[in-house]
Amino acid sequence: MPIVLATENLDKRFGGIVAANDVSLQVEHGARHALIGPNGAGKTTLINLLTGVLKPTAGRIRLDGRDITELKPHERVRLGIARTFQINQLFADLTPLETLGVAISERQGSGRDWWRLAGSKKGVVEESIELIERFHLADVMSERTAILPYGKQRLLEIALAFACRPRVLLLDEPAAGVPEAERHEILATVAALPKDVTVLLIEHDMDLVFSFADRISVLVNGALLTEGAPEAIARDPNVRAVYLGEAIDA
Amino acid sequence: MSATPLNTPDVARLVMSRARWRFSEIVFWIAALATIFLVPSRHLILTEIAILGLFALSLDLILGYAGIISLGQAAFFGFGAYCAGLLATHQLVTEPVLALALAGAATAALGFVTSFLVLRGSDLTRIMVTLGIALILRELANRFDGLTGGADGLQGVTIEPLFGLFRFDMFGHTAYAYSLAVLFVLFLLARRIVNSPFGLSLRAVKGNPLRASAVGISVNGRMVAIYTIAAGYAGVAGALLTQTAQFASLDMFSFERSADVLLMLIIGGTGYLYGGIIGALIFKLMQDWLASMTPQYWQFWIGLVLVAIVIIGRERLEQLRGAIRKRILRLRPQKHAA
Ligand SMILES: Nc1ncnc2c1ncn2[C@@H]1O[C@H](COP(=O)(O)OP(=O)(O)OP(=O)(O)O)[C@@H](O)[C@H]1O
Ligand SMILES: [Mg+2]
Repeated sequence: MPIVLATENLDKRFGGIVAANDVSLQVEHGARHALIGPNGAGKTTLINLLTGVLKPTAGRIRLDGRDITELKPHERVRLGIARTFQINQLFADLTPLETLGVAISERQGSGRDWWRLAGSKKGVVEESIELIERFHLADVMSERTAILPYGKQRLLEIALAFACRPRVLLLDEPAAGVPEAERHEILATVAALPKDVTVLLIEHDMDLVFSFADRISVLVNGALLTEGAPEAIARDPNVRAVYLGEAIDA
Repeated sequence: MSATPLNTPDVARLVMSRARWRFSEIVFWIAALATIFLVPSRHLILTEIAILGLFALSLDLILGYAGIISLGQAAFFGFGAYCAGLLATHQLVTEPVLALALAGAATAALGFVTSFLVLRGSDLTRIMVTLGIALILRELANRFDGLTGGADGLQGVTIEPLFGLFRFDMFGHTAYAYSLAVLFVLFLLARRIVNSPFGLSLRAVKGNPLRASAVGISVNGRMVAIYTIAAGYAGVAGALLTQTAQFASLDMFSFERSADVLLMLIIGGTGYLYGGIIGALIFKLMQDWLASMTPQYWQFWIGLVLVAIVIIGRERLEQLRGAIRKRILRLRPQKHAA
């Protein structure tokens, strides 16, 4: 399988803290790739580097072989990289319907239209409805996002990344804080994505990781410790040492 | 609602319902129109209010819809004012409406150029940079007195009759109808803009720039666009003042003017387009009324009102308004929305 997203010797330092240390990660086309590691390992930092929120101290990032290291976040979205945030980043004063409309209009190229009303484009509305239904947001679709229950906000967080119709989807603990019962549902939605959408998932729940991923990378102290198929990772003594006390049973 | 499947026309209507004309809005504009016929003796002050309302609307576009704070909006007001003045004194464009549009366009161009300085950095940086730009322009106008008349102001501005028909009379009748018409047209345009997909994306940018860029929106691009539009609005407001007063002076660039317009907008409330106009009305009427009662101390009362508004908080005022509205609505038969 061809490599879609790759980093080459990526470094990121915050003062004395090394949050990314010579990371060379390769994500294959269509992969269900999980990124695991203890708290503070640098997982979120890596996503921020991939999406352009942070500039690397050194190293390159490539999408389909093209160097995107210097591109701005919104330019990378247009090339097909979308993400969710570990801590919700939503538009508090917009409704879910408006929120999704913003992202869909932008993707369809009508986000800068100033002469017609928002909601007057059929294509945008139809796609909003599709996402609203898929993510069970119909009952709250015209409420202010700020007052939604946490679980609904979390669903909107993911729906918003979907609205970008990414080729590569980066999920930063999508199920964080979501009740056990709803977690599998969220991940099932992600797993049901078309095979040509590449997914990089950060997740602490090992059951979820092993049921989802076909490839796992382990990040410790900003550096890649190891990488491989789930069975290999589960057997790896180094990984077990890092997760001392946490059972890894695939 | 969740049981029945959603259909496209209903949901489209729901999204567009934000842009629906409210009853209170229609009343507002009918009342404004009525003042042309009902209070001809107050047309001079009403002209001023309409112009300041337009000026405050320009600030609302950037502050209320994009979260860009400015303490130097008078830079654009003054620039537009002198543009209109110079077009008239040099007889370059004598048709008032065309001159007004040109002054607005020139000011928008200035807004576009300066936007790149303003967009960088925090609120504090923006306050300083906008303030600085207004000071620089004022000093430039002062320095090039051969062109601008310097501290004496721009003399000899004569404005031709509107459409070649309506002379600008000393009672301000023509001036008021003209200013109100310009305000209304630009208000309609602003209303269209804020309810468009572009306007919606502005609200997203204001609410969370990090997320806005993560769904593919160029945050800086949007800010440049609205800053440019708002500068054009302020320029038209300044140009209107020059045309209706037939005079332009350095105080049009002044810090006080920038501060006053921010005050008006805060008094009226940001982010719903009417705040600037209502604020200008309250500010000007209060100034007029207080100045006749206590000529020296009217600013004391303005200050007091401002502090009260900020301390009580807009939200609580809004709650109060909501509560009152509910009371009133309860007196009428309820109509349930679908
Ligand atoms: N903006 C920042 N400024 C300074 N230090 C930072 C910044 N962002 C992250 N760090 C530091 O970099 C390290 C990696 O943080 P990061 O958030 O990437 O970890 P993580 O693997 O996502 O952890 P978690 O599982 O808790 O989400 C931590 O030591 C963190 O304190
Ligand atoms: Mg993290």
